[in-house]
Amino acid sequence: MGIGYYLQFGFAQHALEAAFLVAASCGLIGPFVISRSMAFAVHGTSELAFTGAVGGLLVGGNPIFGALVGAVVVAGLIGTLGRRPSERDSTIGVILAGGLGLGVYLLGFYHGYASEALNILFGNIFGVSTGQIVLLATIALVVAVVMGIIWRPLLFASVDPDVAEARGVRTGLLGLVFLFVLAITVTEAAQLVGTLLVLSLAITPAAAAQRMSVSPNVVTLLSVTFAVVSAEGGLLLSFQFASVKPSVLIVAISFAFYVVGRLLGPTLISRRRRRTLVSAGAPTGPDHLAELHP
Amino acid sequence: MSSTPAAVVELHQAAVELGGRTLWSDLTFSVDSGEFLAVLGPNGVGKTTLLKVLLGLVPLSAGTVRVNGEAPHRGNDEVGYVPQLRAFDQNLPVRAKDLVRMGLDGHRWGPHRRSRASRQRLDDVMEAVGATAYAEAPVGLLSGGEQQRLRIAQALLGNPRVLLCDEPLLTLDLASQDGVTDLIDRRRREAGTPVIFVTHEVNPVLPYVDRILYLVCGRWAIGTPAEILTSEKLTDLYGIEVDVIKVRGRFIVLSAEHDLPTEPGGHAHHHSELPH
Repeated sequence: MGIGYYLQFGFAQHALEAAFLVAASCGLIGPFVISRSMAFAVHGTSELAFTGAVGGLLVGGNPIFGALVGAVVVAGLIGTLGRRPSERDSTIGVILAGGLGLGVYLLGFYHGYASEALNILFGNIFGVSTGQIVLLATIALVVAVVMGIIWRPLLFASVDPDVAEARGVRTGLLGLVFLFVLAITVTEAAQLVGTLLVLSLAITPAAAAQRMSVSPNVVTLLSVTFAVVSAEGGLLLSFQFASVKPSVLIVAISFAFYVVGRLLGPTLISRRRRRTLVSAGAPTGPDHLAELHP
Repeated sequence: MSSTPAAVVELHQAAVELGGRTLWSDLTFSVDSGEFLAVLGPNGVGKTTLLKVLLGLVPLSAGTVRVNGEAPHRGNDEVGYVPQLRAFDQNLPVRAKDLVRMGLDGHRWGPHRRSRASRQRLDDVMEAVGATAYAEAPVGLLSGGEQQRLRIAQALLGNPRVLLCDEPLLTLDLASQDGVTDLIDRRRREAGTPVIFVTHEVNPVLPYVDRILYLVCGRWAIGTPAEILTSEKLTDLYGIEVDVIKVRGRFIVLSAEHDLPTEPGGHAHHHSELPH
C-alpha cells in the first residue's frame, strides 16, 4: 500500500492540495519573518490558534473559523501593545501565556472530543474537507495578493526603515498589515503541521534560502519552493511509511534543506562575492579597511 | 520675506514641537540652488527634526515651509535623503544594487516591471558613485565607505532637487569621509542641487560649506562659517562663555566653565549630553 494506493482517495488528494496552499503562503512570508525578526510572533500566533479553535468549537462547532478569528485578535493585540521593537517579544510572551491559559480553561467546557482542538496543536492534514480546501484556497489567494501589493514597500521598510520612512513609506502601517497576514497564514499552517511545527514551514525554508542566495527575489522563490517540496514530500513519504506522522516527515525535509543551506551556502555566496571583488580589482584602498565602528 | 526664484527650501517663522516640547521656533531662512548649508548644534536640538519637516514627516506647529515651492509631502521624488551608516546583517539577502534601486521604486505598491531606461539609470548612477564593482555584493559585507556611496546613489536615482544629509560621515574613516563628501559636492556643482547637511562635526565639510545654521536649545543663528564660528556668536547662542579656536584651518569650540554638549569640530574636549 504505497503512494499510488492512497492517491485514489479523496482525503489524500485534499491533503496534498491543502499542503500546497499552506506551504506556499508560509514560504512567501518566511523571508520577511526573518528580516523583521518575527520568529517569536510566528510561534505565539500559531500556539494561540489552539485557543481560537477551542473558542470556535464552543461557540459554533467550527475550530478553523475560531482559530482565524483568534489569529486576527492576537495580531491586533501584538500590533497595538507591542508597537516598539524592544517590547514586542515580551508582549507576545505575555499574550501567549494568557491566551493558552484561557484556551485550557475553555477546553473544560467542551464536552465533545477534545481531539478537534488538540489537532490544531499537532496538525491533522488528513481530515480536510472540500469546504476547508475552498477556505484555505481563499486565504492563500488573499495572502498572495496582499503580499504582491505590499512587497516592495515591505522589503524597503524591513531592510532600511529610516530611508523607507523618508521616502514616504508608512512603515508602521505596513508592519501591522504584515502582522495580520502572518497571523492568518500561520493559523492556516497550524491545521497542517500543527502549531508546534509551524516554524518548519514559515521559517526553516526561508532560512535555508537565505543561505543560498543574496537576491531578495531568488530567496523568496527558493523559500516557497522549499516549503512546498517539504510539505508535499512529507505527505507523499507518509503514504509510503505509514508508521511515521506526516508532520515529522515535513519537518525532516525542511530541516534537511536548512542543513544543505548551511553546508553549501558559504561556498555559493563567497564565490559570488569573490567574483565581485576580483572584478573590483583587488580592494586595497583605505575605503576597504575596517571601520572603527563596524 | 524675500523669495528669490532660486530658493529651493524656504522656512518662514517656523516652529516645531515634539512631545509637547518646542524644539525651535521663529526659524526663518532659505536655501538657494547650489548652496551647501551645514546644520550644527548639540544633540536633541532638532537638527534631524528639521530634515523630517522638509521630508514631510513632521508638521510645523507654526509658520510655513516650502520645498521646491510647495508644502513638503511624503514620498517626494524631488527630495533626496542620505542617512547615517547602518549596520546591516551579514546574511541579509539584499545586494548593493537592490538597496540603491529601492531609492527609485521601493515605496511603490504592487508588482513591478522595470524598464530598460530605469535599469540604465541604475547602472549610470552606480558608475557615477564608483559602486559598479560591488553592485552584486550583499550589503552586509560592504565597508562603511562603500555603503555610504550606495546611499548617495540611492538618493541621486530620483534626480532630486535638494539633498538632505543626516550625519552621513558618522563613524567613517577619514579617506571615506572625503570620498563621500566629494560625491555630494560634485552633485551640487554639476546639477546645482543644494545640500542641507546635518552634522556634529563641521571640519570635514568646512571646505564646501557656504553657510551654517547653528541650533542651540531653541536659539539659532545662520551665516557664513566666518560669521557663525566666532567666540562672540557661540557665547551668545549657548549663553555661556565659549571660545572658538582656529587651528590649521580646523575649528575647535571650547568652554572653560562647562562641558559643551557637542562641539562642532574636533574632539579636543570630552563630550557630555545636554540634559532634557
